[in-house]
Parts: sequence; structure tokens; C-alpha cells
Amino acid sequence: MSDFLLPDLGEGLTEATIVAWHVAVGDEVTRNQALAEVETAKALVELPSPRAGRISALHAAEGETLGVGAPLVGFAEADAADAEADAGPGAAPAEAASPEPEQEQEQEQEQEAASAAGAGEARLERQQVLVGYGPVLPGTGRPRRRARTFPTTPYERPASATGDGPTPRAMPPVRRRARDLGIDLDAVHGSGPGGRILRADVEAHAHGGGTAGRRDTGARGSRHVPVTGLRKQTARAMTESAFTAPHASVHVTIDVTDTLELLDRDGRAEHRTSFLAAVCRAILPAAARTPAANARYDAETGRIEVFDEVRLGIAVATERGLLVATLPRAGGTPTAATPSGATAPGTAQGPALTAAIAETAARAREGALSPEELTGSTLTVTNVGVFGVHGGTPILNPGQSTILALGALRTQPWEHRGGIALRTVVTLTLSFDHRVLDGAEASAFLMDIAETLADPATLLVR
Amino acid sequence: MSTTMSAGSTRSPRDEHHDPAPSDPAAPRGAAAPHPAAARSAGPRSAAPDPAEPDPAPSHPDLAGAVDQPLQVLAVDGTRRPEAQLDPCLRDVDEAQLAALFLDMSVIRALDDEAVALQRQGELGLWPPLRGQEAAQIGLARALPERDFFFTSYRENGVAWCRGVEPAEMLSVWRGTTLSGWDPFARRMATPQVIIGAQTHHAVGYAMAMAARGQEDIAIACFGDGAMSQGDVSEAMVFAASFRAPVLFFCQNNHYAISEPVALQSTVPLSHRPLGFGIPSLRVDGNDVLAVRAATRLAAERIRSGAGPMFLEAVTYRLGPHTTSDDPTRYRDETELERWRERDPILRLDRHLERLGAPVAQLRTEADERGREAADALRDAVAALPVPAPEALFEHVLTSEHPGLARQREQLTALEASLAPAGSAS
Repeated sequence: MSDFLLPDLGEGLTEATIVAWHVAVGDEVTRNQALAEVETAKALVELPSPRAGRISALHAAEGETLGVGAPLVGFAEADAADAEADAGPGAAPAEAASPEPEQEQEQEQEQEAASAAGAGEARLERQQVLVGYGPVLPGTGRPRRRARTFPTTPYERPASATGDGPTPRAMPPVRRRARDLGIDLDAVHGSGPGGRILRADVEAHAHGGGTAGRRDTGARGSRHVPVTGLRKQTARAMTESAFTAPHASVHVTIDVTDTLELLDRDGRAEHRTSFLAAVCRAILPAAARTPAANARYDAETGRIEVFDEVRLGIAVATERGLLVATLPRAGGTPTAATPSGATAPGTAQGPALTAAIAETAARAREGALSPEELTGSTLTVTNVGVFGVHGGTPILNPGQSTILALGALRTQPWEHRGGIALRTVVTLTLSFDHRVLDGAEASAFLMDIAETLADPATLLVR
Repeated sequence: MSTTMSAGSTRSPRDEHHDPAPSDPAAPRGAAAPHPAAARSAGPRSAAPDPAEPDPAPSHPDLAGAVDQPLQVLAVDGTRRPEAQLDPCLRDVDEAQLAALFLDMSVIRALDDEAVALQRQGELGLWPPLRGQEAAQIGLARALPERDFFFTSYRENGVAWCRGVEPAEMLSVWRGTTLSGWDPFARRMATPQVIIGAQTHHAVGYAMAMAARGQEDIAIACFGDGAMSQGDVSEAMVFAASFRAPVLFFCQNNHYAISEPVALQSTVPLSHRPLGFGIPSLRVDGNDVLAVRAATRLAAERIRSGAGPMFLEAVTYRLGPHTTSDDPTRYRDETELERWRERDPILRLDRHLERLGAPVAQLRTEADERGREAADALRDAVAALPVPAPEALFEHVLTSEHPGLARQREQLTALEASLAPAGSAS
């Protein structure tokens, strides 16, 4: 007896359900005579017989679902081919047909049930992906991708192939990276499975210049620096901020030529107002007009905490790392933690504020700030301009809703009174917590600051 | 469908040829005058509303009426009707020729049915049935000399058969044992394109080359109604028109782009579109093998004379699924199918032969025999198709040995060697 196995009826099907049998055991069939109607995930189709012959077994009952490759119909091995021409359906004696298939079907059903119970999970795991129809979705949810495993032994690079053998194994992006870095992959040690070269191996090779990966030699390709103290704290704070607060940024570049002239008008050093101090001074009324800029999102209570008072923090780069130093109270009330004389009433004034900033920054560099000064700010200014860059997109200090980055003051051609003139301009970038502010509020806040800085006289009329 | 005459409809094509103002191409479908042929029609017309035959409207001034009204010489009931444009191309048709066409169509249907069965039996991965489109393919292929070159889609197995493609060559791609079933230059037929419409570029390029060489061969681009929505086809028509390339665009409008009805893809008859590119166009009843054959001859003569490209829309119907993976019952109903079964191209020629008093019964028997022989040959060929070694992948990439490919081939060989034990263990 030979079996006709259920074929894949349509590009990647895994099973089909027998809808109806058109033949019975004992029937003589001709080639291409319809054996059964089966339903797949794609279509209801008739299965034509692959050969002429006598049916000796039907391996599934109507309504039963068979996997692709499962035996479907058995053919008796008699000289069946000769019968093709004249034997049609029903040519075989009917009595021979009736009892046998039912028994077989029952057996088959039992077997099917048993195997279904035993391998229940495996059956559920099976998923059909149909060409042109997409994956079958189990109820709701998105298509799942399952790792497939095959019983294979890993390909090992032949030992003899060293010189001009096959190229070292690496993923295409890694090859690309190596090429970009000008690194010959033959010289890189692969630390991945089966000696595959990983991106890290290429990077390590690039930095260390060595011929072996870091896994073997420890630190030849790179240097491991323990993350401790301030670095660790910064890392934690930035990670927390970046992955909890949805950041967005707005930018504006403004002409501050006139303002700088104003700031420099009084030449005495002790009366000079720095541009940073002017920025801080501009923030205060702006924050009063946009309270959400001086607030924090409290995820635990699901509320936004709006601070009554603006406590400006200034980002200070120190030898130990980045610190945000809280300036003395803008309103002029000195705190116990800020013993400096610069915290006298009226610190919000330009020259005094300038001095306060300088003094706070100096103490930050010395590591002399009190805990309150390190944590008490509600809104941060970071003056990345001192490093010469035009601007940057800062990450929020955790617990604050805005941070303002100040770019370098730069002289460049700029539109001025309908013409082009050399002007001093600065780029301001405001990053904000989108849970607290929207673009409109953040932009209003930034433009408020920008307008004051571009034309300080607006302070008088607002 | 009964028709009424209007002022424009009584003019002969020759008159319209001299008419400098073609009728308004924006005329609503079905609102304008019927085709002259309809007015002259002697035989009764199909009672059912015929999607293949409405929409009379404008035309290319050079080719009267036919842009809209499918040209027809064999009515559904098999009566021969006069058709001024096509009749000159049908003067040589005698009973023997009709019998040959009947046998051709019958044999490719048998081949097609056998291939569908082979797919259902797990021998082929996929098959795109052509049932219902026999007249369009046979009428086309039998109208052209061997030297003309076909660039087809995947459904033109009837054309392939006319070009002498062997059963094994026809099936090997669908069994997955090769990437190209035959030598395109030996068969004067390129490897069928699966990318919809891409072959139109190949055809136009080939035609431009023929023109540049001063050869009289023409290229034929075969595609379906779905391809008409592809950018490639539009681009190909632009180039063909600009360079007056000797190419015949042959569109088998089988009414569905898989499940998408043609009416959703085009609000005007497809034959209208080429006019915008400056390509004259004819609409022909694609289930009328004589009309297709005659229209193809007409077009080929014109193209060969240096007049530039031409477009034929053969209005036909796919009676089977798009491919063996498709279930057409999901998008069309039995009444529609029944209407088109009545227009079956083989049945129509059968009726015509009967009316002529030809020995039809004998012909049917011969058709069955030849069909069975062809089907047997197909089945035998499948069993005999060699399974290529995986390394065969590298054979037809470049004409010469290449170090990169050689290395990959070695790697593949090594990989297979390493897989062997696990494979035998599982």
C-alpha cells in the first residue's frame, strides 16, 4: 500500500481540514479524480487523486484537521494503473467498503485525540504565515515571532583555512563598521559564538590597536573605568530622567548685541553683569508667567507639582563631574546654607547675581556646596556656550520640568534693520518634560526669556 | 444586447479615418453611440448585459470605435459576424485553421488543468491557471511569426506552449528546481516575469534594439489588467511612444488583479489609457480567438511598418483562481462566473465549427486525446525533473568565475558538509 500525503496546498500552509470525502475505501479511482474537498486557511479546494488505483484507506475523518505531510489516502498496490481507463467511482463492490473506513476513522480519531493531548502545546505553537495573507493572529494582539531552532551543528571554519581561506565570520553591519574604521577583519579576534566577530571586538580592536579581543586579554583594547561617586550619580540621574520624562526641545536664536552693550556699559568690574546673570534675571518673570516651567511631574501621585518659588540651578562642570548648584534665593532671602555675602537682599540685581553665580560655581568646583545647594533647585540653566558650542539639547535635571541651555555668544552676519550686519547672537534651547508642558507653553516660556534678552526694556513694560 | 443607431454609428471606419476630430474621450460610459460593428451586426447578441461589450465612446481616429467596443467576429452563439477592420486579416482562415486553433486551445486547457492537479498533489509549489484565457493566448501567439519575441507575465503558458516550450521547461520554475525554465533565445520568449509589469520595459528595450538594428522583428509585452496600474507599464509606454518602438502591448483584461476588480482600478476602459501616451489602441473580445488573431495581425503589420507601438486589450475572464493559493469565491459570485462560462472561448469556437458543419465530434475526440497526451507528458516530466544541487545557485549569476562567488560556493559546500550528520540524525 502506498499513501498519498497531504501536500502544502498553498505556499506555506501547515494543515488542512477534510470537509468531505468524495471516495470510500474500496473505490477504484482514476487519476485526477476528486478524492476529497479540503479547506485550508486560504481556500476550499478539491484534492485530485495523484494516480489511478483502489483506495485502501482514508486516514482522516470528515471534519478532521491534518498536518501537511500526514498520510491522507492509502492506495492498494494491485495493478491499479491498468484499471485507470474504465474504473470509475463506485466500480468497486460497495459491501467491501462500508465497515472498514469507520473503524479506521475511529482509530484515527483516537490517535489524533491522544496525540493532540500529548503534544497539545506543540500544536498550539504552530503558526501559519500565508503568502499574501499575513500571519494568523491568535485572537487579539500583535503577530508574534517565535525563535525557530533546527538540529544543526555549527559551521566550523576549517583549520587549514588561515591565509586566503574564507573571510572571518561577522555580521554585515560589523563588516561595514570594520571597513569604516579601516580594520582588517582577519586581524580581529572574534569573541562571539563560533568565533564570530562582534561589533565590540571591532571597537576594541580600533581603540586598543591590539590583535586580540578584550575578552581574552582583559584590557588591551580599552580601559575599564569604575563608575563611582559623581559619575555614578550623574549616570543614574540622567538615565532616570531620560527614560521617565518624555523630552522635547525648542530652540531660538536671538540678536543680543544691544543687550551686551548695555551689560558692558558700566565698565567697573564689580558692577559688571554677566550674560548668564542676565539670562537668570530674564527667567524669573518668564517663569512667573508660565508656571508650568517651574514644576515637576509627580508620577507617584499622578499630579503636577508647581513650585511657588523659582530656585535656579546652574550646571557646573567640575573635575569630579557635573554638578547643578542652586543659586541663592532669587527673591533675596538668604538661606542658612549660603553664607556668602552675595546673598544679601536684592541678589536678583545684575552685578550681585553675577557675583553670586561666580561664587557658587567656585564653591561647586571646590566641592564645598551644601546638600541643600546641590538638590534644592527647581529650574536649571546650563551654559554649554562656555565650551564654544552654539547650543545643545540638555537632559532634564530629575524633578524639574524645564532646563535651559545657553549657547556661545557668537558674532555672525544677521538680519538687522532690514539689512545684513555683523551681530552677536546666541542660541537658547529649552528642553522640557512633555508630561508637564506642551510645545506651546514651552515656546511661550522660551520666547519670553528671549524677548527680555533681546530687548531688556521689555522688563519695564510687561 | 440590443443596440440603436445614432448619427455617428453609421459611419464606416474609413470615414472616421478622415475625421480630424475624434469624439470626446470624456464621454460617460455607455452614453455615446455604439460601435459601427454593432449596427452592422447580423447575428443575435447575448441577452445578458455583457461587461465585455458595453461602453461605446471615443476612439483613436485611425482605429475606429474599437477602443471601447471590443471587436468581435464570433458571437457567443458561434455565429460569424462581419467586422470591417478585422475581416481583411481573416481571409486565410479555413476549416483546417479553425480546427488547429480549437486543438491548440483544448490542449493548453488540458495542460493547465493537469498543472493545477499536480499542484494539488504536492508536485508543484504554485501554479497560475489560465482557464478562460485560451483564446487570448492562442489568438495572439498563432498570429505572429516565430521571430517575434515575447515578454510575458507568469500566466502566458499558452503562449509558451505555442513557442515549443517543453513540459519540463514549463514546470521546472513552479517546482522550484530552476530560476528560468527555458532558453529565452531558443524559444523567442523571455523568462516569464513575476514582478507585475516589469516585462514591459524589457519588451520596449528589445524593440528599440530591433529598430536600431534595422530588423523587422517586433516585441510583444503580455500583461494583465492589474499591471495597467503599475508605474512600470506607464513608463514603458512613454518610451515606446517616444522612440516609436516596434512593440505590441498585449493586455489580457481578465477582470481581476487577484481580488481587485478591474472597475476599481480604472474608471475608463483600459484601452483608453494608451491614447494618452500617443499609442493607438484596440479593444478586442479576448474570448473570440479569431478576433484576437486578426487584431494581433492588424497590429503587428502596423507596427512592422514602422508606425510605432500599438496596444491591444483582450477582454477576457479568468475562470479559475488567480493562483492555486487563491480562493476566488471570496471576491466574486457564481452568477458572474456562470455568465462567463457561457462565453467560454473553446465552447464558442466549438459552436462556430458546428455551425459550419465541421466534424466537431471527431475534433472533440482528437482534442481530448491530444490533451491527455500533453497532460501525461507534463506529469512524466515532473517526475523526471532533476533536483539541482544547492551549488547550482551560483551557476547563472555571472558568465565568468568570480572570486567572491567561488568563496561563497566553498562556504556553502562546507556548511552542507557540516549539516549532514545532524540532518541524518534527526
